[in-house]
Parts: sequence; structure tokens; C-alpha cells
Amino acid sequence: MNNVARSGAGAGLSRPLEKSMSQTITIEPVTRIEGHAKVTVRVDDAGKVEQARFHVNEFRGFEKFCEGRLFYEMPLITERICGICPVSHHLASAKACDQIVGGQIPRTAALLRELMHMGQIIQSHSMHFFELAGPDLLLGFDADPAIRNVVGLVAAAPELALKAVRLRKFGQEIIARLGERKVHPNFAVPGGVNRKLRSADRDAILAEVDTMIGSVQEGLAVMKGWMEKHSAEMATFASFPSAYMGMVGEDNALALYDGMIRIVDANGRQIEHFDGRQYLQHVAEHVEGWSYLKFPYLRKLGFPQGTYRVGPLGRLNACDRIDTPLAQRELDAFRQLGGEGLPEGSLYYHYARLIEDLYAVERVRQILEDREVMSNDIRNNAAATSHEGVGVIEAPRGTLWHHYWVDDQGRLERVNLIVATGNNNYAMSRAVEEVAKACVDGNHITEGALNRVEAAIRAYDPCLSCSTHAWGRMPLEMVVIDRGGEPIARAAR
Amino acid sequence: MAKKVTIASDWLAGCAGCHMSLLDMDERLVELLGAVSLHATPITDLKHPPPEGVDVGIIEGAVANSATERVVRQMRQRCRVLVAMGDCAVFGGVPTMRNAGGCQAALRRAYIESESTVGGRIPDDPELAAMAQVRPIDAVVDVDVYLPGCPPPADAIYYVLKELVEGRTPQLAGKLLDWH
Repeated sequence: MNNVARSGAGAGLSRPLEKSMSQTITIEPVTRIEGHAKVTVRVDDAGKVEQARFHVNEFRGFEKFCEGRLFYEMPLITERICGICPVSHHLASAKACDQIVGGQIPRTAALLRELMHMGQIIQSHSMHFFELAGPDLLLGFDADPAIRNVVGLVAAAPELALKAVRLRKFGQEIIARLGERKVHPNFAVPGGVNRKLRSADRDAILAEVDTMIGSVQEGLAVMKGWMEKHSAEMATFASFPSAYMGMVGEDNALALYDGMIRIVDANGRQIEHFDGRQYLQHVAEHVEGWSYLKFPYLRKLGFPQGTYRVGPLGRLNACDRIDTPLAQRELDAFRQLGGEGLPEGSLYYHYARLIEDLYAVERVRQILEDREVMSNDIRNNAAATSHEGVGVIEAPRGTLWHHYWVDDQGRLERVNLIVATGNNNYAMSRAVEEVAKACVDGNHITEGALNRVEAAIRAYDPCLSCSTHAWGRMPLEMVVIDRGGEPIARAAR
Repeated sequence: MAKKVTIASDWLAGCAGCHMSLLDMDERLVELLGAVSLHATPITDLKHPPPEGVDVGIIEGAVANSATERVVRQMRQRCRVLVAMGDCAVFGGVPTMRNAGGCQAALRRAYIESESTVGGRIPDDPELAAMAQVRPIDAVVDVDVYLPGCPPPADAIYYVLKELVEGRTPQLAGKLLDWH
């Protein structure tokens, strides 16, 4: 293994050891995730893993520096929290602003915002499956790290790779057709959206839907083939019971733009169902001194009993059905995977993500075939104003809240954000611990084992810039510590 | 065939949007991969630019703490041409909004005063990075190519990479600078 360094020697940028007698492995940074983080693993004298922690090591402070800004600037400022899911912040922010200017928006505006959101779900989920996680699945966890990436994927499966590129492009172009740009669009405004849909754009998007459904289905076939070959790994890799959170519409159908928040327990029984704008009564956040990422949990169950999982696995486990036919059929197959209970393995996130990808493409067609989508009624100019607004949406990585308080002039007095990836913080720590215990041997550390620890994090597709509203670099390194707190191993590639 | 041009990239204090715009080259990215060799980037599993160096280093994001400063210094040492990609790397961008009120007030707001936080504290583990004044990267190292935009359009990124791959110095002008 070219990247494991004992005693820190040859570990590239690894920080020098504070206690030079010990041996250290560092993974820094963990790659093919958005942002950077750090894992510490404590092992006993026999080399057996006792504890693992997932540290997120950066902080931004959007809540503070947005104070004093005018509320209607927020949809454009907060999308800079994340370049991968700017649309989620753009829309959650606009929904909070809707409340400040008086509530309901025209149905056409809601449809168009949802259309843009589907574009983002498609680009984000497709990029994750094919470009970030795909190399592990298609080339193997133990493949040479020099080729275990999207370039290796292009070489190994050029046609599939090109389809993946076009699928992501399809999603990005939906965003650009509505908001002028693929990244950081300008579209949603308090009370609605700032332009109507052009019929040429509707036709161009519709013309591609069938091809894109085919591409997602190819991805699903790849995933299902992989699951068949690795059924034991699917069931055991970072597998643990938890509660699940997701947005639902009528009859608990999967919803991503608007709906109620539903939480089910590990057996699928509903334990919460509330209007997301009332989140402060239901959700709280815990802080640990060793991470800049907070730990959300359900107030009534406390921390850590009240932690839960969000994102594709959380949403599919929290909903009862999906409103589009092909995705519903996949949901039926997904339900079989858990046997009597719910699918709980972290790798099921990949399958769930593709099912949502399929739903998003199908939903694009539903929206574009709605007779109201071309209407000019795209913005409310309500006179009523409120000093407070909460926007909630299902970002690709989970439930996202923006909460603003404004003064009489519309200046922000306070801002509170709970961001998608943060909801999975406890689960990611647990996944890291499960995999470290199963795969890492303190006496014999392999690159493949360390990549599996990274893959446990990767399954959740964390967006660490989002989750800490953090600026920049969060180095993920892995440090193995003995019982006395001495780091004994660290790895870098 | 000429030797492939080696490229490394990393992100500092930013949102990853510039790297997304880089991916928005779409089919042209696949075409470029024929002429370049990607070394350490956020989407590959190599963690650092090699000690022997790469031809082109690309940095997204501003310098905001001790860790990001180390990263940009190492990239400068290990690349021949350094590209500052996007407004955060070029000017400091949105992250510099933190400078006005200071980091301590922001930490208090997020970890103690926040309405959803119960029993909060400011994270203080010695493993966590120390925050600093937010700066554009040329406050720390010399930059060869400035590629502004929030994010720069994929066309501009493609132009810069194509020029560098073919051995010319990019001269950004006109539409390629008009990212709004």
C-alpha cells in the first residue's frame, strides 16, 4: 500500500505527530465526497478497533454574517453555501421569504420551482452515483487508487460514462433554462419566480425525458447487478437500525419540494408527522467539542436516542409510496430488501438514490405536462408581511431548513439553518465505526480497508460545505489511537 | 504524441461550485481527458500533488484558516502554472463577509445562541483548525492565471485549460468574463 505511512513518515501533508513514539495512519483528505473531514479510530493493545469518530473540521458562519442583509437577498447569498445543491438553498430561502411576504405562491410558480429542484436532484444524484461512488462499485473497493476514479470509469465503460455525463447535463440544463445559469441560478423570488417557462424550453426538456429514463435505468441495472453479487456486503456494510426522516405529500407519497415532515422508527412505524415550519418544537441540535458539525435529534427522544437518518434512504423508508409509475415499481423491489424490517445497510443509499433519480426524471414530465405550467401567474405581491419565515425542502442529501427573523424594514435580525448533511452526522459517525470495526485491523492496515471506511462516509454523499455552512477545507484523515489516547497509525495517499 | 499535461486541483474556502462548473464542460471534459492526466483532485483518490510537481494547479476557494493556507502553499510549490479559479480564489468572495463581524461572534451564534441548539458550546478540540482572516489566494502565493466568476462559466474554464494544454497563456476577455 503506497499510502500508509508508519510513524508519519512519507505521509505527505499529514500533520507531524504530537507524540512521536506512536505510529500513525492518516487518510487526508477523504476523496470523492464534497468537502473534507477527519476520522479518528481508537484501537486496543491487540489492534482491535474500540471507537471511531467522524470529525468535521471547518466552520463558516452564514447565520451570523447574513444579519443585517435584506431578506430578499438571501436566495442569492445562501446558494453560495453549496455549489452542488445551490438550488436547494435558493428554494428553501425563497420559501422562508414567501412567508415573510404573506404566504401562498401561485401554483405555476410552485410547479416551476419544483421543476428546477428536479433538475438539481437529477444532476446531484447522477453525479454521485456515476462520478463519486461509481468507481467503488464498478472498479472495486480494492482497485488501484490511481485509477479508482471517474477517469478510470471512462476507460472501463466509455458508453455508460458518456450517458452519465449527459444525464447530469440534462439536470443542469433544466436549472439553466429557468435560472439562466447551471450553478447559482437566479430564479426564485419572495412570492414566486421571476420568469415564466418558454414553450421552446418545455419542448426541449420533454424531448429528452425518455432517453434520460433509459440512462437512469442502466444505472439501476448496474446497481442491482452489484447488489446481487455482493448481497452479504449490502446487508452488513455499515448496517444498523435508526429512525428515518423525509418529506411526504398526500397519503405519505414521497415529496421533495413541499409537504409534511414524517419520521418513522426502525420498524417503519410513524413517530412524528408535522408541518416543517414548526421544526423548533420537534428537532434540536447537540454539539460535541470535537466537530464543527452539529448533531440534530428529535426533542422528544433526546440525544442520541432521537437521532435519525435523512436523504435517499431516509426518504424511501419514511414514505409509503411514490407518485410516478417506474419509481414506484422500483420502490416495491426496494421494500423486499429489508425482509421483515426496513433496508438499513448504508450501501442501500446508492440504490435509493437512483430510485429518486428515476422519480425526478418522471416528475419532470409530469410537471411539464401540467396544463398550468405555462401560465403567466408566477408571482404574488401580497401586502401582508410577517417578521418571521421558515422554509423547508428536501435537498438531495436530506431535509433542509432556513429560518429568518426580520425587522420592520426587512433586515435580517436572526438566521437559523439546519442543513441536510448535518442530519446524518450521527449516522455517518456510526457507519464509520461499524466499518472500522469490521475492516480495520490495527496490526495490518490495508489501503482497501481505509477506502472502505471512506466508502461508508461516501454512501451518505455528505456535502460538508453545506453541513457546516463551512468555508472550505475540512481535511479528512484517519488516525488510529491506542487505548491510552496515543495515535498509533495514520494514512495518506 | 506529446506527453500528457498533468493537472491537480483542490478546493479551499468555497462551495465546490467552480468544480461543478468544471464538470459542466460535459462532453468536452471527456475530450480533454485525452490530452491531460488528472493527478490529485477532489474527484480522484490521490490525495496530494506529487513532490515532482504537476504542470497545472487549480485552486478554488479563499484562504480562511491555517489548513487552507498549507494547501495553497503546497500547490504553489508543486505546480508550474497556478490558476485561481472563481471569485473566492481571485477576490475572496462571499467568505470574506465573515471578516466584518469576526469569527468569534459567528461561532457563538452557530453553536450557542442558535434557536435549535440545546446545551451548546463552541467546538474547541485541538484537532480542529484555527480560523483566520479570509483572503484571496494571491495574498499568500503568486498566481499565474486569474479565472473569475461565481462560478466561472464552463466555457471560460474550457478555454483556460485548452490554452494551457496547448502551451499558450490564456488571455481571458469579453464573454468569457461575463458570468452573470
